[in-house]
Amino acid sequence: MPFISAQAAAHKDYDVIVVGSGAAGGQIAYTLTMDGVRVLMLEAGRKYDASEAAMFQTPDVAPLRGMDTPDKNFGFYDATVDGGWQVPGEPYIVGKGEGETDFKWWRARMLGGRTNHWGRISLRNGPYDFKPRTRDGLGIDWPIAYEDLAPYYDKVEMLVGIYGSNDGLENTPDSPAGCLLPPPKPIVSELLVQKHTARLGFPTVAGHRAVLTQALDWRRLPAKLHPGNPTAQKIIAADMQKRVPCFWATPCGNGCSIRANYQSTTVHLPPALATGKLDIVTDAMVAEITLSKNGRASGVRFVDRHSGKRVEVRARAVVLAASAFESVRILFNSHPSGHAAGLANSSGRLGRYLMDTVGSSLGGQVPLLENLPPHNEEGASGGHLYVPWWGYQAQAAGKLDFPRGYHIEFGGGRRMPDFDTLEGLEWLTNGSYGTKLKEDARRYYGSFVHFSGRGEMIPNEKSYCEIDPTVKDRWGIPVLRFHWQWSEHETRQAAHMQQTFAAIIESMGGRVRNQPQADGAKAISAGGSIIHEIGGAIMGDDPQTSVVNQWCQTWEINNLFVADGAPFPSNADKNPTLTIMANAWRVGDHIVDRMKRREL
Amino acid sequence: MDRRETIKWMLAASAVIPLSRIHAAAAESYGTDPNLQRVYHPGDLWPLTLTQSQRDRATLLCDTILPADATSPSASQVGVVDLIDEWISAPYPTQRKDRDLVLRGLDWLDSESQRRFAKPWLDIPAPQLQAICDDICWVPKAKPEFLEAARFFARYRDLTTGGFYTSPQGRADLRYVGNTPLPRFDGPPLEVLKKVGLA
Repeated sequence: MPFISAQAAAHKDYDVIVVGSGAAGGQIAYTLTMDGVRVLMLEAGRKYDASEAAMFQTPDVAPLRGMDTPDKNFGFYDATVDGGWQVPGEPYIVGKGEGETDFKWWRARMLGGRTNHWGRISLRNGPYDFKPRTRDGLGIDWPIAYEDLAPYYDKVEMLVGIYGSNDGLENTPDSPAGCLLPPPKPIVSELLVQKHTARLGFPTVAGHRAVLTQALDWRRLPAKLHPGNPTAQKIIAADMQKRVPCFWATPCGNGCSIRANYQSTTVHLPPALATGKLDIVTDAMVAEITLSKNGRASGVRFVDRHSGKRVEVRARAVVLAASAFESVRILFNSHPSGHAAGLANSSGRLGRYLMDTVGSSLGGQVPLLENLPPHNEEGASGGHLYVPWWGYQAQAAGKLDFPRGYHIEFGGGRRMPDFDTLEGLEWLTNGSYGTKLKEDARRYYGSFVHFSGRGEMIPNEKSYCEIDPTVKDRWGIPVLRFHWQWSEHETRQAAHMQQTFAAIIESMGGRVRNQPQADGAKAISAGGSIIHEIGGAIMGDDPQTSVVNQWCQTWEINNLFVADGAPFPSNADKNPTLTIMANAWRVGDHIVDRMKRREL
Repeated sequence: MDRRETIKWMLAASAVIPLSRIHAAAAESYGTDPNLQRVYHPGDLWPLTLTQSQRDRATLLCDTILPADATSPSASQVGVVDLIDEWISAPYPTQRKDRDLVLRGLDWLDSESQRRFAKPWLDIPAPQLQAICDDICWVPKAKPEFLEAARFFARYRDLTTGGFYTSPQGRADLRYVGNTPLPRFDGPPLEVLKKVGLA
């Protein structure tokens, strides 16, 4: 049963249809098929295999030296195909009302979705992150607690392979022994940052990223992942042996044909396909959910992008995992009689509480790092260290003018020069050219450090989406119109990031490249631009104020689930992907249980 | 007509119309799903559009910005002029903006050297060439009458360093080490840690 045509799928009956193939879709398809559930996965984009990845290609053999273009927004060799801030023929609208700010929506139309190019940063939410309103009176509590998700974090870490360390820090959970892989050794600029953040009074610890720093323990882990399920254990043990640990070269974002890092296409889908229980139809753009006469979901209707025809497929349950806002769009566009405001929307909360991550960046140059002896600094191609949020006590003492925290991701080093590595060097050289410029380039290359804050946005009533009344995409499917506003909680946090980054750079004896931005509204990145969109179909305990329950099951249609980031009622500073996977696994287990009890 | 013939045709047509006035509008973008495995050369995807005279001026400016020295060749020797031609001929907004800036800048170099030294840019001796470059090499200190030329120079320098340091020779000049599989990652050598005071 692997990749099949739209027509073939239309003639079969499935247990579950999963819409989407990224972190959520991949995880839930894995969980379900490992337990023998027959799954049809629908992906809007084309089939993709990481053997396509451009790994060792250098910029000199790429068009425009590999620089980003409107066709390839993150550079020529980035793994994303048919995706970006705009997808041809599939527009979205951004509201321009008073007070509304820009919003950008990154989409990928390819198997594995955005997991093919993501940063691989894999942080657990902490206990506070599930009960934000209880703690400070702002935002929305989750109907579940850290303890509910902890066993699934353990499982995802063991399955995917996450490097990191346990540091015993507040609201930054440790993993049980045997979950994490050892972190890679820090590079010199990271060690320097660690030394100086310690002076400033906050910790720098091992990053957590989905990269195999050693082979997965295929003898020990399968029994932990699938207790009492020898078939699943055998399949995952075999697959773990096919993944090769990182060989400390090539950018993760280009994709990884040796399967050292996590992409849904290299980690979740191969074992799921090996069960024989998974069919995948690619180029299947889902338009709406179909209902049976008794009001249950009967399946979905999608556009086969090859023929342009609408195709209907059927299953006992439907799981949306199309990326938070795409899942919301599908619910909005499903309105059989009696559901004029969109499916599962009697609360009126569908499309509400959209969140992204607060982002702000600052770079600088550090004389101590000039003219270092040549050495290889590529490592795991992303941060080996990071700064978890350290300000809980200061906030409790009323010393900060914003609630909620941010962590710091940072980088530097003698990485392969890109086209813009030395761009604008005159800020250091006063405009040198000629032999002097060559000397300057040798001196400054490798001496730059760059800091990015990733902070929590509190959901608000002014950040939401709806269906645009007139615009449709090339498939005839109505598109989303977004409305976005930050509050002072976020803009003040962004301004604080700027001060913090400048303080670190100056502590290292460095120079900031641009003046730190004191105006938070200018320091903050556009909504959506950090690509951590969350919300729009939040989970809760009350059908009046939420779209789904704690199992991510819609309140109104009991065989319809939303398993991506849409149900998250808050967006902690921790990058959401690991939590998306842990939550999807939990939802998958719940679906299996209910199917065994013949409740679905 | 295949792409190569198209390019020939374009070049022939350019003998009649000044190429600086042909917009790169005819060029096609590579799309959202290009082949990532093949080796691309300037001119493979869209026609190059610099005239010989423009190329000559571009070459001199590239090699003034990054001349050959004991460590590495000059910018033009590693293909930077071809890259700049590819860049300013590309169908994308950033590159189109650069095209305008670069072509006007190359013309400015000629008119400025005519004005000051009564000779074209290509014929002036090194000290005169340097005198012009010194006036435009840093935007913050450029006199008002040189401001626009200084902006051109800043961008052209970025295109030149970008092209040079992404070439194999440029990477070697910076003593970049990497893009090769390693059995393990050891972190910084002791001498590096000592140099920054961490060991």
